Amino acid sequence: MITTSIGYRTLHTTDAPAPDADAVDAALAASGDAHAFERLYRRHVNRIHTLVRRMLGEENDDVTQEVLVRAWQKLHTFRGESAFGTWLHRVGVNVILNRRSERSRFRQRFLEEPAAGLDAPACSTSPAVGLDFETAIARLPAGARKIFVLHDVEGYRHEEIAGLLGISPGTSKSQLHYARMALRRTLG
Amino acid sequence: MPHPSSEQLSDYLDDELAPAARAEVHAHLASCTDCAALLAELRRVISRAQALDDSPPQADLWPGVAAAIGGTPGRRRPSFSWPQLIAAGLALVVLSGGAVALLLNGGASFAGVGRRSTTQSPGASTVVPAAASSEAGRGYDAAIRELEAELVAGQGRLDSTTVRVVTQKLQLIDRAIAEAERALATDSASTYLHSHLAQTRLRKLDLLRQAAALTRAVS
Repeated sequence: MITTSIGYRTLHTTDAPAPDADAVDAALAASGDAHAFERLYRRHVNRIHTLVRRMLGEENDDVTQEVLVRAWQKLHTFRGESAFGTWLHRVGVNVILNRRSERSRFRQRFLEEPAAGLDAPACSTSPAVGLDFETAIARLPAGARKIFVLHDVEGYRHEEIAGLLGISPGTSKSQLHYARMALRRTLG
Repeated sequence: MPHPSSEQLSDYLDDELAPAARAEVHAHLASCTDCAALLAELRRVISRAQALDDSPPQADLWPGVAAAIGGTPGRRRPSFSWPQLIAAGLALVVLSGGAVALLLNGGASFAGVGRRSTTQSPGASTVVPAAASSEAGRGYDAAIRELEAELVAGQGRLDSTTVRVVTQKLQLIDRAIAEAERALATDSASTYLHSHLAQTRLRKLDLLRQAAALTRAVS
């Protein structure tokens, strides 16, 4: 290791493992360092953009941007108890689900969608054979799509999903089942 | 057992069935090729979902984000919390009279804070802000470097007691940072240690900012 002092700034070069860049940048960004927040943005924007696209079924840069701005505003609440990416993902899910237009659309579609007994889904919104898997997810009804993304793609449990969406765990299971049955045809 | 419903098969995959029901479905699957085939299809859907990749947005969204958070992209925007500002204001009242005394007696100096000898013990060789080699570390180091330089230039305006207290605090923080880095060298996956290190570094940043603000305020 080489150690050099300049003033009381100390430079070290080493092959020691780098600390968690996210944790350092999150701390800097929380103190107002936009530079640090840009680095966080660069490292996580793809994940947030993809989450937004899958949850909404379409590209929506405004929502992606809204998630990141909300994260900047809430950085003071990040305590490092989980990885920054996990925290940011939670912020993203909450922003997506709490959008006013999304809430009303979601509830409305939930009432319209079938929830059980879908061993052979045949409604017009069901994905067709041969579709790209991502496209097939996008074509799922809104309720089933969100639950499928949260459960099977993002790894949330039914109890968590139920809490986020204000539904029962049973409804979450039924919608997930509907989505899986519809999507299985795309892999045929 | 009759054929389980596809929803039961889905729950079976997620381990959401009660033990007795799970055992029944399990036994049925061993002898029913149709249900086993459907189960395999559902499993493929789950596997495919878990293997999906992320994709970038079509355009760089940073300029819009930067504008929305009130900063030009890439520009550092220092900020202080209200408690910090109040504490700094109170400290100013006490310190303003002592600034001249420091100029007269030379007193303590910040110049030794943060220095480490190139001849330090082998055990101390792991005391390394490895962030210096990372992108994040460069941003942090740049901020620290700026503030340290400002503090060195302005320390003559502070009284000797203040300089000594700040120096001692910085040394304590440096020691805490070194300890966290040493611990991380042997347990690099520890989320707690990463968080502790980040918070300690932030404390150093805050202290330097407050001290630098004091030098500006008494100038």
